[in-house]
Amino acid sequence: MSIDENTAARVAKLARIKVEPEALPALAQEFNKILGFIEQLGEVDIDGVEPMTSVTPQRLLRRADVVTDGDQQAAVLSNAPDAREGFFAVPKVVE
Amino acid sequence: MSDLNKLGLAEARDALRRGDTTSKELTEACLKAIEGAGALNAFVHHTPDIAMARAAEADERLKGSEEAPAMCGLPIGIKDLFCTKGVPSQAGSRILEGFTPEYESTVSQNLKDAGAVMLGKLNMDEFAMGSSNETSVYGNAINPWRRGNEDTPLTPGGSSGGSAAAVAADLCLAATGTDTGGSIRQPAAFTGTVGIKPTYGRCSRWGVVAFASSLDQAGPMTKSVRDAAIMLEAMAGFDAKDSTSADLAVPDFEAALTGDIRGKKIGIPREYRMDGMPDEIEKLWADGTAMLKDAGAQIVDISLPHTKYALPAYYVIGPAEASSNLARYDGVRYGHRAKLDAGDGITEMYEKTRAEGFGPEVQRRVMVGTYVLSAGFYDAYYNRARRVRTLIKQDFDRVFADGVDCILTPATPSAAFGLGEMTDADPIKMYLNDVFTITVNLAGLPGIAVPTGIDRQGLPIALQLIGRPWEEADLLSSAYVLEQAAGFVAKPDKWW
Repeated sequence: MSIDENTAARVAKLARIKVEPEALPALAQEFNKILGFIEQLGEVDIDGVEPMTSVTPQRLLRRADVVTDGDQQAAVLSNAPDAREGFFAVPKVVE
Repeated sequence: MSDLNKLGLAEARDALRRGDTTSKELTEACLKAIEGAGALNAFVHHTPDIAMARAAEADERLKGSEEAPAMCGLPIGIKDLFCTKGVPSQAGSRILEGFTPEYESTVSQNLKDAGAVMLGKLNMDEFAMGSSNETSVYGNAINPWRRGNEDTPLTPGGSSGGSAAAVAADLCLAATGTDTGGSIRQPAAFTGTVGIKPTYGRCSRWGVVAFASSLDQAGPMTKSVRDAAIMLEAMAGFDAKDSTSADLAVPDFEAALTGDIRGKKIGIPREYRMDGMPDEIEKLWADGTAMLKDAGAQIVDISLPHTKYALPAYYVIGPAEASSNLARYDGVRYGHRAKLDAGDGITEMYEKTRAEGFGPEVQRRVMVGTYVLSAGFYDAYYNRARRVRTLIKQDFDRVFADGVDCILTPATPSAAFGLGEMTDADPIKMYLNDVFTITVNLAGLPGIAVPTGIDRQGLPIALQLIGRPWEEADLLSSAYVLEQAAGFVAKPDKWW
């Protein structure tokens, strides 16, 4: 499986990371090296083996579906790059 | 008392109890050492005011009638990955520049409750992705150790490189680290310090910036096995805020250090004998095996047949989880947001913010993770890696079911290397640093690095012991015997 520049551009897009067109060939090459390394996994006989979902035998803990926290608007917004009138502000999303 | 910063946790604790010193004096000694150690670039956010205030509180507590908790008055450093209330917590990344959490991670809170004094935040690879501390936005942390008389700057390892450098250089009595593929144990090995990654679920992950959630665990980095036992006990414990936290009692780890391992079965895994392993590491391993045998342990050869596939499985699972976890850095709720051009919409904001905020290694892993999770490749890569992970864990299950108590391996394939020496190598070569440690994360087991020797260049080298799940007490007990037998006491000559 070889990754070309188009695939590299698509992955960058999916990951929401801007990659300049001139950087794509090197990026594709790096992906190929890493994926080439990962290819070894194809040698392993995994017939009948379940994918691991939890490394310890315990199930995820559950709690009652109730509000446990709140009234912390100022704290929640305190690190926002742009907060206005009690909200996070972002560029216009809907035309 | 002089050189208070050079004490370990146990010695300092005992000195405080005897009234030979105060937390204020210990803390001042560390702050002075930190001030003089800018060249190591270990501490990246300094909190002397918090430190002195906590030291004063600790001294009051020590004078009180009730018995003070274990870590009371002991100055430590905190890896930048832990969120600390009101103190910058950047995970070594530009994207979290200016972020000051409104909350405290459970582990750092536990340490605070136990009376520990926070001196500041420690350098690390960006988002804990790296094995040399070279991906940090703060620049490289430097290993206090040098090769003989050379002045080539060496890596303290990574990702907990600042923690390792700070402990080795006596800037603090101990430090917190985190370990996703070896990030506590490899830096400990590179700096002649002790580092334990506990069983997955032993320490709460709440408030620790997430890298790969099914692998991440916090642990102590210390000057001795006894100190590791003391500090792990203070860090560990059930936390309802982490759904993978184990609801199990935390044993008295220090009490487990009996020095007696007679009759214990120590496994030596044949698959860890790698081609091209330096003869010094080979010898270190053989010597360590002999030490445990002399102490009365039974040595058995074991096989962990899927070892070879641990690294490739990790480089699917780690990036996959990272790509999900790091999706939250979008320039909306915290940290860096890119300056936008006229007409830029929200997608451009995300893309520019993440391109500016993430360094190259983080970008690489996020994109690899995105790829292996994308439609059409999910089964071939991600699900296959998770099934291989099951097989890796079964290898260990089988060995433990056969009665093996602990497994002895080298901690790293080499001693510390020079900063920049791996820059031109392809990423895979850097990843090989974690070849002996990564299986332990994939299987969720506890593992500890113990310094047991010095190589020809005068650098520390270490062995790793791997324990059964939840049996850190037993693991620490074996590590203590190995430490005593090896008698490693070397310290780096001060040049900084």
